[in-house]
Amino acid sequence: MNIEWYVVLSSLLFAVGAMGILLRRSPIVILLCLELMLNAGNLALVAFSKMVGNQQGQVFALVVMVVAACEVVVGLGLIVAIFRRRLPLNVDSLRELRG
Amino acid sequence: MEAVLFFGAALGALGGAVGVVALRSPFYGVLALIVHLFSLAVLFLLLTAAFVAAAQVVVYAGAVMVLYVFVVAYVGGSEEPELDPIPGQRFLAPLMGAALFVELSIAILGSSLLAFETHGADVGPGFGNPAGIGKLLLERFLLPFEASSILLLLAAVGAIVLAARREAR
Repeated sequence: MNIEWYVVLSSLLFAVGAMGILLRRSPIVILLCLELMLNAGNLALVAFSKMVGNQQGQVFALVVMVVAACEVVVGLGLIVAIFRRRLPLNVDSLRELRG
Repeated sequence: MEAVLFFGAALGALGGAVGVVALRSPFYGVLALIVHLFSLAVLFLLLTAAFVAAAQVVVYAGAVMVLYVFVVAYVGGSEEPELDPIPGQRFLAPLMGAALFVELSIAILGSSLLAFETHGADVGPGFGNPAGIGKLLLERFLLPFEASSILLLLAAVGAIVLAARREAR
């Protein structure tokens, strides 16, 4: 398969993830859609690493994976904290920080 | 053979992604994301990135998804309310997603990178195996490696601070 196919697929997955973030209101699902976008970026990185014949893109994909894991941990911690305070799990209702 | 594997994995990845966006219950969303991650691991294998594929399955589809399942079970996978606070959001969001895809595709296909039309560089059998990746990670990219380990530690401490049970006052 040509590299083009992989990169176009990754942009399609990225667009689906972005659409999910705009569409959904549950913070858990928004985190899942963020994962979709990060993984689409990972796919593009690995595809370019194959295209150039250089392993550095794969190392970068691993670092992106670490950052995604950190983001998940902090995001899920926030969701648990919101749930403990009996606040609604809906990003449209959590607007206290809005200016 | 490679084309069959590619299109199968691409369909799985796309179906998983659409499932995450479309399914109403967060629990089914997590399951759809697991399908998506496994399909991506197959794509990574096709791109001769064996170590990244293994890390994807073990770290992502294993550990991170278990974390999601625990939190969904704890919070109770409540369905979202039907009401639409922003008028037209249901139509504008897919439109925006489609526009983003078209824009990215134009950028990719218009970039006229000659190597796009090829299968990529001819790489040896050791490309992307743990030995090569580990050597790069511990020699050339030692500083990013250490920085990401500190980031992981900070995230773990932050999660404990955020989610710890407060003393009853």
